[in-house]
Amino acid sequence: MAFIEAKNLTKIYTRGAEEIRALDKASFTVERGEIIAVTGASGSGKTTLVNVLGCLDNPASGSLTIDGRTIFEDGVNLSETALTKIRRGIFGYVFQKFFLLPTLTVKENILLPAVFQPGLRANTARLAEVLRLLGLEKRIQHLPGQLSGGEMQRTALARALINNPAVLIADEPTGSLDSKRSAEIKNLLLELNQKQKLAIILVTHNPELAAIGHKKLELKDGSIHNG
Amino acid sequence: MNIFQVACKNLLRRKTRTLFTIAGIMLSAWVLVTLLGFNRGYEQSLNENIEGMGFQIVLTAKGCPYEAATLMLKGGTGLRYMPEALVRDVAGREAVAAATEMLMHAEFDPNKGENGGTTVYLGIDPQTYPAMKPYLQFNQGGWFSADSAVEIVLGYEAAELEQREAGDMMLLPGSEQEFRVAGVLKRTGTQDDGMIFLPLKLAQNIFNKTGRLTMLGLRLKQEADQSVFEEELYSLPDVQVVSMAQVKNTILSLVASAKVIVLSIAFIAFLIALFGVLNTILMSVFERFQEIGILKSIGALPKDIFLMVLSETALLCALGSLAGIILAYLFSGLSEMAVRYFLPFAPNGRLIILDWPTTALAFLSITLAGIAGGVYPSLRAAAVRPLDSIRSVD
Repeated sequence: MAFIEAKNLTKIYTRGAEEIRALDKASFTVERGEIIAVTGASGSGKTTLVNVLGCLDNPASGSLTIDGRTIFEDGVNLSETALTKIRRGIFGYVFQKFFLLPTLTVKENILLPAVFQPGLRANTARLAEVLRLLGLEKRIQHLPGQLSGGEMQRTALARALINNPAVLIADEPTGSLDSKRSAEIKNLLLELNQKQKLAIILVTHNPELAAIGHKKLELKDGSIHNG
Repeated sequence: MNIFQVACKNLLRRKTRTLFTIAGIMLSAWVLVTLLGFNRGYEQSLNENIEGMGFQIVLTAKGCPYEAATLMLKGGTGLRYMPEALVRDVAGREAVAAATEMLMHAEFDPNKGENGGTTVYLGIDPQTYPAMKPYLQFNQGGWFSADSAVEIVLGYEAAELEQREAGDMMLLPGSEQEFRVAGVLKRTGTQDDGMIFLPLKLAQNIFNKTGRLTMLGLRLKQEADQSVFEEELYSLPDVQVVSMAQVKNTILSLVASAKVIVLSIAFIAFLIALFGVLNTILMSVFERFQEIGILKSIGALPKDIFLMVLSETALLCALGSLAGIILAYLFSGLSEMAVRYFLPFAPNGRLIILDWPTTALAFLSITLAGIAGGVYPSLRAAAVRPLDSIRSVD
């Protein structure tokens, strides 16, 4: 059985009287340690797909199973608290904008998920491992404003990894970086995938980054064309 | 790191705004503490002034003249006495803050004036009487050197009439004993001016009234209901109650009206703090809309976000309140001068009393009001959907 199994995921938004099918019966699987590149034009439904997949939103219909556990079923809507609890144990998120808290140091930003998840507190071994993996050991006392774009994205990556997720959802992780920093992040993602056996769902416009995907989901008008 | 520490660091992000918000709360707290202190000080000063007027209640035997003038009109006769046991029972009651026993005595003095006259003596308890009539001041000398001293204190007019000064010896009419004049009182404009005071035990002894008392002066505890207490006294047999309740009640009702006005102003200060905080925190939540969404996506529950924003509010309010309280303490003297300037007929004594209960009340009021003001922004923050805030290029 696949680690993640999505069947006919559909998400419909309404704008006035108009109904927009942002995701239309998307079905696919993700194995452990697999990199999935999600591509498509703007408005094709990439972010909607990762939001539903990453338990940030309920689908209108369809089902989602993660590690044998049914998360969504037809007609069942989970509360925000229930979705958060699922997210905590499975996913890490990286976004195009780094969304680091400017008044917190690198170390504090990385440990931010632990503030809200008491079970993660004082996991210093994991912090040391993540810092080493992302090469941030010498930057832990710096504020985000003192970091380069690449370092900020590495800090955001470290924050996503601190709770040891099974799946990393990266939504345009190189969107704000120049080509050199983008390559740096790409290599890091590959390294994380190989060393940590981390499944990565990668939303990107960048063909070089998309190329690291073991599988490619190309979206068009909410439908997967090559899943 | 915990939610509270994150909240603290969030406040440092916009230092100027945080500082101005704290300053606003500080001013409200300053006004509130000063007004509450004024409320307390004004009431206390008035109470002290009322208490300084002497007794609130005088208990005498039924039909006994309790004014020197009445006694003189009756030619020094008609005095009645109360049993000591009854007096002690009343003095020991729960509502009584202070009590003093007295023995009034009148003696005809053939050498007084052209045709003689009546001299009124008041045997007083040296331990309790002076404390209950603190407004009595001396022209010369002071109260008795000891409880059993063979001494007298002369009222202003009595001293003039007898032409005696402190230190002089004086033979009392009706007594074969010579007394040293311990002191002469300043003019009071009351019957005390014509009175000759002497220690109670001595008075009982020389006038052969051992164990007898004509009056009991009473002052009640502040929280005691004077009219209820008086009702209790009316039920006692063979005593009459002379009361200052009406005067005190009128003054206290005036104070109560002033208190309402002052508390209304304090309430406005309270509202200013509340809306100031609401505005600042709401603005801060709108500014951090995306960031809050990210916090939720990395595992923060709505209650975590609610707590974080509410902690920011609580911190602002606590710091502002604290600063306001410090200002209120530092400038209480100046505030009192200002009050006295605008209220020249304010009672004597300290007008602004800042104490722990007042300070704690102001601190809690402002902080809780601020926190109440922060509830709505906190709820708004808690309701932010991560999804709405993190939409990037699609």
